[in-house]
Amino acid sequence: MNKKTGSADFSGRLWKLFASVKLTVVLLLSLAVTSILGTIIPQNESADAYLNEYGEFLYKILSAFDIFDMYHSWWFQFLLLMLTINVVVCSINRFSASWKIIFVKNLFFDVSKFRNLADKEEFTDSRSPEDLKSIYVPIVSRSFRYRRIEETGNGFCIFAEKGRWTRIGVYAVHLSVILLLVGGLIGSIFGFAGFVNIPEGETVNDISLNNIGKTQRLNFKIRCDNFNVKFYDSGAPSEYRSKLTILEQGKSVLTRDIIVNDPLRYKGINIFQASYGELPPREIALNFKNRVTGMSHKKKVPLGEKFNLSGDTGQFVIEGYRNSYNFGGHNLGKTFMGILTPNNGSPVHVILPVRFPFFDGMRKGDLIISVEDYDHRYYTGLQVTRDPGVLVVYSGFLIMILGCFITFFMSHQRLCVEISKSEKKSRIMVAGTANKNKLGMQNRIKNIVKSMGK
Amino acid sequence: MNSSNLLSIVTFIYGTAAFLYIVSWIFKKQMPGRIATWVAIIAVVGNTGGIALRWIESYRLGIGHAPLSNMYESLVFFAWTIGIIYLVVEQTYKNRTIGALATPLAFMAIAYASLSPNINNQIQPLIPALKSNWLIAHVITCFIGYAAFAIAFGVSIIYLFKQRKTGGKQSMFVRSPDSSVLDELTHQMVTLGFLFLTIGIITGAVWANSAWGSYWSWDPKETWSLITWFIYATLLHARMMRGWEGKRIAYLSIIGFMAVIFTYFGVNLLPGLHSYGSG
Ligand code: HEM
Repeated sequence: MNKKTGSADFSGRLWKLFASVKLTVVLLLSLAVTSILGTIIPQNESADAYLNEYGEFLYKILSAFDIFDMYHSWWFQFLLLMLTINVVVCSINRFSASWKIIFVKNLFFDVSKFRNLADKEEFTDSRSPEDLKSIYVPIVSRSFRYRRIEETGNGFCIFAEKGRWTRIGVYAVHLSVILLLVGGLIGSIFGFAGFVNIPEGETVNDISLNNIGKTQRLNFKIRCDNFNVKFYDSGAPSEYRSKLTILEQGKSVLTRDIIVNDPLRYKGINIFQASYGELPPREIALNFKNRVTGMSHKKKVPLGEKFNLSGDTGQFVIEGYRNSYNFGGHNLGKTFMGILTPNNGSPVHVILPVRFPFFDGMRKGDLIISVEDYDHRYYTGLQVTRDPGVLVVYSGFLIMILGCFITFFMSHQRLCVEISKSEKKSRIMVAGTANKNKLGMQNRIKNIVKSMGK
Repeated sequence: MNSSNLLSIVTFIYGTAAFLYIVSWIFKKQMPGRIATWVAIIAVVGNTGGIALRWIESYRLGIGHAPLSNMYESLVFFAWTIGIIYLVVEQTYKNRTIGALATPLAFMAIAYASLSPNINNQIQPLIPALKSNWLIAHVITCFIGYAAFAIAFGVSIIYLFKQRKTGGKQSMFVRSPDSSVLDELTHQMVTLGFLFLTIGIITGAVWANSAWGSYWSWDPKETWSLITWFIYATLLHARMMRGWEGKRIAYLSIIGFMAVIFTYFGVNLLPGLHSYGSG
């Protein structure tokens, strides 16, 4: 064997391998089984977390196979690539045969083929073939758009056909698989996904990208005018709403509210409401109650600014704020921290949980300090993405649904009604084929026979 | 009566139907089977009423939303889809053997919803992420798919029993449909399920993209639905290979349904953050 035919032989075998459904079954099962791994082992955690969980030895082995980001690993992508080649080759391989059936020029019906079908229906009728023809043609027309009537020696045949085009369905499904993979690839090459936190009133144009610690600069700016969170009576959140303004060269071009499930899309960039948080307030309304006299007075103070207590008994400053504060195993929630410096003593730390106004009483000082109110300032957490592949993926979605529907619930059906004269009666045979759902075809034939008055 | 009470009653009606189907199957008697059909119809009607009532109640509470927002509601809907699809299959194939496997599945789904202490049957307001019409489409289509797979699973089990030609046991299946019909029925249910699972995954992806900007993020629930999809895609293709008829297809259909169950319940045991279905 010379080299040339050897390589032709090899590529031929390769082609055959990629055209085989056996490979499809192997690939689909491999994808199913390997995908399980990534659901058991949490993905994209920090190296420390993995070292803790699995120990150094196992960690090294697992990370050598990219198990910690397995859906983006070379071997998983390789399986997907193989599947893609498999779909493409297989479809090309079969398409020419299907093409010939779908776009046939001279439709040829072979009566003998229908006669040989196992589940054909046969009966006789006392009317003549000509009479029957005028009755049968409308019956057949009810469910078949294409009909042809051919004379035979002692009668005639009605041939009918429908749904030839439905053979395209499978190719549509396979094309959609390719569209999904290609769309995903486009997204991962040309797109990005990141997040940004914007305090109310502030403007940003740098987005921190997920996972890689890089930033992406947008060519416009986003300002958060306002953020609002609403709660149900039960305390569960009901709505997160940010009022955003898009700025181009310092000028505002668009203002809109976004909520979860209703993002803002601008110039190919999508901005989603993802999270929020509270910023340290700037001004706090405090209540000072004298333990002895029971008298209290209120005062608004800025965060971090020292001031004299009334009656010049000392100085006080709110120096910090936390969204949650742990005290003896209990979470006290939003809490301010202050330092009280009496004129005749050393400074004391004061803890002021917003929810528990009597907390400071436990200090047993002369003054009981509590937080009456403060200005709520939020930052909104936005997910910002760009994915030029989405359109391709969505068209893949649409084609996949249509293709599956066509493939599963429609079929290419052919029907033959043969009427032949025998003595004074007519002999009738009704038979049909379908490329799918043979049971359905049998029922259709039974129904047709029924409406023929038999 | 509120919807939870009504659905508890429906649970027992499903149980009765399941019992009658099994009696009719084991003792080869027609009568309990005929009654079973009527009981199953009553159960499905009651189930429909329970879902509708719950919907109305949520509006009365001022937090109106389709009753498809948590584990309890999805299980009730699951039972309902199994019931409906089964009754259609029974009418089409004029056979009640499958009922002995399908109605117990519907019963188990709704019984688990009604009786399990882990499942909260309160009507809860929707958190922001769940306020989406895509979510409703997602849940409905997924569960129609799951129900079709559940029935395919039942049919496959009957098929495998029937194949085990062990003398006496064989007679239990005398009135079950022909093997080739069972094989065909498995395939039809799998294709129905596959179409709806496909739409379910797709609407879920579209929802995820509208809620947080990525249509696919490989979280365990997503991945398990994809694993399920791969298994059933394997089944559809395996049918085209010689020697992969009947038994092996039945095994694949059973494995596929195990994956469905895991996607539904098991995933909550894994680390992950699919906000839906965890309580
Ligand atoms: C994830 C990937 C794939 C999906 C979702 C898919 C989907 C489908 C569906 C839904 C059908 C119709 C089955 C039926 O009629 O019951 C089908 C048929 C088929 N598929 Fe695939 N497929 C995939 C990959 C492949 C690959 C890689 C091959 C390559 C060999 C392949 C070869 C075939 C063949 C030969 C048919 C039968 C076509 C016919 O009836 O004429 N498929 N596929």
